[in-house]
Amino acid sequence: MQTSTGTGPIGADLAAPARTVPFGVPAPGTEVVRSESELRRFLLGLPGVDQVGVEERAARLGGRSIKAAAKLFAIDAAISMVDLTTLEGADTPGKVRALCGKARRPDPADPSVPPVAAVCVYPDLVPVARGALAGSPVKVASVATAFPSGRASLAVKLADVADALEAGADEVDMVIDRGAFLAGDYGRVLEEVFAVKQACRKAHLKVILETGELATYDNVRRAAWIAMLGGADFVKTSTGKVSPAATLPVAVVLFEAVRDFLDLTGRAVGVKVAGGVRTTKSAIGYLVAANEVAGEAFVDPALLRIGASGLLNDLLMQRQKQRRGAYAAADDFSVE
Amino acid sequence: MAHPRFAYAPAPESRAVVRLRPSYGLFIGGEFVDPLDGGGFKTLSPATEEVLAEVAAAGPRDVDRAVRAAEEAAGPWAALAGSERAKYVFRIARLIQERARELAVLEVLDNGKPIRETRDVDIPLAAAHFFYYAGWADKLEYAGLGPAPRPIGVVGQVIPWNFPLLMAAWKLAPALAAGNTCVLKPAETTPLSALLLAEILQQAELPPGVVNIVTGAGDTGAALVAHPGVRKVAFTGSTAVGKEIQRRLAGTGKRLTLELGGKAANIVFEDAPLSQAVEGIVNGIFFNQGEVCCAGSRLLVQEPIADALVDALKRRLGTLRLGDPLDKNTDIGAINSPAQLEKIRDLAASGEQEGAQRWEAPCALPAQGWWFPPTVFTGVSPVQRIAREEIFGPVLSVLTFRTPEEAVQKANNTTYGLSAGVWTEKGSRILWMANRLRAGVVWANTFNRFDPTSPFGGYRESGFGREGGRHGLEAYLEP
Repeated sequence: MQTSTGTGPIGADLAAPARTVPFGVPAPGTEVVRSESELRRFLLGLPGVDQVGVEERAARLGGRSIKAAAKLFAIDAAISMVDLTTLEGADTPGKVRALCGKARRPDPADPSVPPVAAVCVYPDLVPVARGALAGSPVKVASVATAFPSGRASLAVKLADVADALEAGADEVDMVIDRGAFLAGDYGRVLEEVFAVKQACRKAHLKVILETGELATYDNVRRAAWIAMLGGADFVKTSTGKVSPAATLPVAVVLFEAVRDFLDLTGRAVGVKVAGGVRTTKSAIGYLVAANEVAGEAFVDPALLRIGASGLLNDLLMQRQKQRRGAYAAADDFSVE
Repeated sequence: MAHPRFAYAPAPESRAVVRLRPSYGLFIGGEFVDPLDGGGFKTLSPATEEVLAEVAAAGPRDVDRAVRAAEEAAGPWAALAGSERAKYVFRIARLIQERARELAVLEVLDNGKPIRETRDVDIPLAAAHFFYYAGWADKLEYAGLGPAPRPIGVVGQVIPWNFPLLMAAWKLAPALAAGNTCVLKPAETTPLSALLLAEILQQAELPPGVVNIVTGAGDTGAALVAHPGVRKVAFTGSTAVGKEIQRRLAGTGKRLTLELGGKAANIVFEDAPLSQAVEGIVNGIFFNQGEVCCAGSRLLVQEPIADALVDALKRRLGTLRLGDPLDKNTDIGAINSPAQLEKIRDLAASGEQEGAQRWEAPCALPAQGWWFPPTVFTGVSPVQRIAREEIFGPVLSVLTFRTPEEAVQKANNTTYGLSAGVWTEKGSRILWMANRLRAGVVWANTFNRFDPTSPFGGYRESGFGREGGRHGLEAYLEP
């Protein structure tokens, strides 16, 4: 069992007997932290983020004018990055099956539309999604670890993960313990990410930072580093249950973090923006930010995802507009 | 470089909003008139070298006519209630906003700077200056310049080519609000936005003669500042010309404000927000192709982070887009004139000859027009020309320092003193630095940020007098 929650000195860390924190684990990147106090020093030593400056940069990126062929490319890329999501108490197998149909073939009238990246559901609905997506390239993603609040013991969180994996999830979207983070207990946050990553085995791990609760860009950067050090395959902005969810400045901070992590360790971690991305224009803003901040390689579903539900139909509508020159009616696209 | 699959398609702003006339006269007494002395010159588009229009060159008799028109208008304009003058100035501000797109495109054509900047900076700020000073027109007795400050009379204003409309606004707005009448001389290479502004002044029904615009080269400017009817001269431009004006005005009793060159230090401490510092460096020296008097042309970086910062900067410069300035995605436009391009080339060559390491952003330059790639010199020592002389182009000189004292010493080791930038997360250090830097403007964790409420101006060879804010009224009022 994990008992340590401390932020004590190095000696105390080394003495902690049964800790599963990855201190000293020879995973890529973890060589930068060998103890809890070193983690703390590392995180607090990261360069600050100037709020005014990053928001100005984001506004500049959001103002790029993406037209013609570039827009068509961006729309198809964005469609292929969508994690089509339903995370409601009212979710039913019927709702999930409908969503899976949309995911496989977003526009039945146009076979050239690519499928989305994944369908994202609660763990108990993973079997339904798995069945409905059989034979398609669309992945099944499941939220886990007491989503969305994360207020449960690590044992319960790990059981949640195991549940999702057993049901056939390809990807796990975990939440970090924001309470521990805000209390300065960075070791505990890292410990949980690491433990979940171990439990995930081959499944892809997306770590939800819930940036709306972290409040400052400095915190967003630190939380992203904890997630990456713990083995995250993706850092993800939000659960979608807290406002503000994804914002362009937060995404810029994340793109900088994954870029710097790649420089340091050679391992590319992806970014998932989730919540609040409803229009093609805002989706393209994230693609532009990925392109110009993290680099061209990040404009790819392997390293960039957009968690959304309503966005897909706007992408389809704009896609048709680009190709045919006129807007279709809203009801020309299915609503799930 | 852009993603090969995600190469941004051209997104040009339409130039159809601008209706260029084949030729322009002088704006005197509220009308466009032909020059008495008969000369003219062509204004070219720096990005394409095409001829945009023929513009009149005002000779001494034309300048005299303009000054006399201003003298005639001076009495009634000064006698007008402040609240009435304010209405005109407000109207000008609103008309600039209404015709913002037209002005933005025209400024791109004539100056070569990117539409993103004219659209987001030059034109909105020009309107903001008129709005701001319109508000002062009926409150002059509260400006701290005495209980009943009076206008000076006819003012002669000579402005540069780097922010043509914005500099016209900086000059005209406070002068008009304070009750003066003006003769404005735009730069030879960028007269068109001032002439469109003249149309706007007509549209605003500004009384004839209150603002007169005489186009021409240095001779025209010299005739204007020397004219006995001009009671005050305001000049923005090079230090060499500024010194010459000051010499000529000595003993004449004319009032003078000068806003001249600069060689600003942008100082980055090891605890700075690095990503935003990189943005600030880019904005400091590559905004308007570095053709900015307050550009952060000397980067002073603390040694422990020097390599990391320069690497991050180079990576960022690789994403800058140079090309058609009418394209909304263009970050770096054309250099304003062949003469300026030659000066930049010459100074950059001296940097190499004197032993600094030259690095250019990887971007292809268009075949037509006048272009210079974003360039960074590392290993620069304070003795080199590129560390001392104003380049007025997209060229950054990187120097290093070890301690805050050394940063201040190096930053102040210049004949100029217009602006400086400080990047650190430590608030106390910002204040400590600001108290010691000999610069008229000190930006903290930002750069090249302008606001009509904030006074702007220099120390030493960067000139004297302030523009903007309450302080900006001082040049146009007598106690």
